[in-house]
Amino acid sequence: MEEKEVLVKVEGVSKKFCKDLKTSLWYGIKDLVSNLKGNQTERQLREKEFWAVKDIDFELRRGGCLGLIGHNGAGKSTLLKMLNGLINPDAGKITIKGRVGALIELGAGFNPILSGRENIYNNGAVLGFTRKEIEEKLEEIIDFAELREFIDMPVQNYSSGMKVRLGFAVAAQMEPDVLIIDEVLAVGDLGFILKCFKTIDEILPNTAIVFVSHSMPTVSRICNNIILLERGNAVYQGADISEGIDLYYSRFLDNDSSIVFDDNSLSLEDTHLISDEWYSKEKPILRWGDDLKLYFKFNIKRNIKIPLFRILIYDKEQRPVAILDPNKKGSNLKIENGGLEFIVTHRNLQLSKGFYTVNITVFKERSNNPLLRINGLLSFQVSHGEDHFQPFLLSSVFENIDKPLK
Amino acid sequence: MALETRIYQKENNLKLSQLLKASLKDIYSSRFLARQIAERDIKAQYRQSYLGIIWAFITPLATAAVWIFLNLSGTIRVTDTGIPYPVYAFSGTLIWSIIVEAINAPTSSTNSARSILTKINFPKEALVISGIYKLLFNSSVKIVLLLVFIFLFGIGFHWSIFLIPLAIFIALVFGTTIGLFLTPLSMLYKDIGKIISVGLSFLMYATPVVYAIPESGIMKTLMEINPISPIILTTRNMLTGTMPEYLGYYIVIILLAIPLLFVGLVFYRISIPIIVERMSA
Repeated sequence: MEEKEVLVKVEGVSKKFCKDLKTSLWYGIKDLVSNLKGNQTERQLREKEFWAVKDIDFELRRGGCLGLIGHNGAGKSTLLKMLNGLINPDAGKITIKGRVGALIELGAGFNPILSGRENIYNNGAVLGFTRKEIEEKLEEIIDFAELREFIDMPVQNYSSGMKVRLGFAVAAQMEPDVLIIDEVLAVGDLGFILKCFKTIDEILPNTAIVFVSHSMPTVSRICNNIILLERGNAVYQGADISEGIDLYYSRFLDNDSSIVFDDNSLSLEDTHLISDEWYSKEKPILRWGDDLKLYFKFNIKRNIKIPLFRILIYDKEQRPVAILDPNKKGSNLKIENGGLEFIVTHRNLQLSKGFYTVNITVFKERSNNPLLRINGLLSFQVSHGEDHFQPFLLSSVFENIDKPLK
Repeated sequence: MALETRIYQKENNLKLSQLLKASLKDIYSSRFLARQIAERDIKAQYRQSYLGIIWAFITPLATAAVWIFLNLSGTIRVTDTGIPYPVYAFSGTLIWSIIVEAINAPTSSTNSARSILTKINFPKEALVISGIYKLLFNSSVKIVLLLVFIFLFGIGFHWSIFLIPLAIFIALVFGTTIGLFLTPLSMLYKDIGKIISVGLSFLMYATPVVYAIPESGIMKTLMEINPISPIILTTRNMLTGTMPEYLGYYIVIILLAIPLLFVGLVFYRISIPIIVERMSA
């Protein structure tokens, strides 16, 4: 297949920001003046400034989708604003061909007092439609938003989900060559989100998309190229989505363990994750299907019996996803020399790709009295080729039925 | 089909002609947007109000009423204006309010579009044009009011009345031009807006709004230099059918305002990205 044309070309683009508002405004005045002189001189960092985006290069062809990922403040939105032409780079050059559509804010130009119908015109006008185009598409927009009943009601009485639906319905009518999507699809109910993705899938082949998201499953689903930004720099850039996402998750691995509760009965002396070949102290990585082995060593400070250990696994959004079956009464754990040392094993770990943290709560035996609770005990990463929304990827076998079951 | 290519970079080309051409092209292509914004704002403004349009001219009328009262009661004696004083005061404050509104229009339109400026790329010129639309709407009401006064006070009909819309339009262009140069600065610093509003309220007394230019003295010099004076005086002359005294200066102002308007548009155009960068999202 022949390569499609390059629609977006970004060469050595950088942007700096100022940390202090007053200084920033003063620089603004200075920039206004130097702007009038043509801005030919190279820009250096001035006092209190930093590079929000530094030396980014990429090319995007029609049909391509570039995922921009990174932590908050990594420079994703700044880069998007430059791509959209809202702000100019401080260095480098961006060349964009064709009609650019941006899903950065849905429902731009809405006035809350006016009705939904009137606001379709407002929003459409801001997005660059002509009156005729809007009139032709009006019915389609109302149907897509599923708001026919409320279309003549003031938008201020809409729920936030309804506003987003109306905004997206208008935006979906754009036929852009280049589409810039920021984290807008996160709102709205599930049915609507699916509808959004269907629309994006439909336009994808004829469009170059730049997609910013914190939702890795979504990124891996629609992007075929990825840039991981960190403090404005491209830490990873390439077509191996899975590797980029692994790297993104691994950036979360900073062991910030915190003792949430402690009644001084026992204390944790050491813990780590044991993995034969993937072991690395800072960033433990397990492959999907590996055994999860956790090593613990506690100091027992008071005369207590073997307590109950509840080990909880949380995902990176701090949602609990699993609990390891606690130690039973009959287990052979023993306190020796005021210490308790053991290994917990879970075989064939089927957590899906992602980053997880482990919390532990220790209870007095056969009771609900907590003795110790530690959050963020350790974290580990599960690597796998596919990224899923669901926390578990359960292995399964599909086979034909040789004989009827009955 | 050839695709439109956009290039974003730090360097500006400073060819005034090219920038102006791009600016005018955007004005044309965004004419629907400009109208839509104006329509939206006017509609929204009146949907939430019973007195509606009255607010557009209540302040100038109140100012005029105060001066008429001061004059009639003998508290203040103004020099002879040549026409009934109420007509002089009302026309002065109404025309003045149109000019002030025009100076503030680009800033207020840009300011109210803050939230979309930081998120969507659209021809920014539409904001300026929508400002002019809104001014035209408000001014047309004021013109009707002016005409009512003319006939109420027995000035009667003159052919020069037909020049009033043109004169008002010139006042709008003049004000908008000044506003365009001020907008980038006042978007950055709130102080600018305050200074302008204080400055204008002083300037009103150095303009023949509620009293005529005195025969001699420093005030005469000040008022004759003030570029707003010929605009107010000439517009008022057209209204009352008297011979314009400062026609020469008026024409000079018009001839200066038109190229300056274009320069202002270009300045506005290239300044917006810098403003957006410094603005909160």
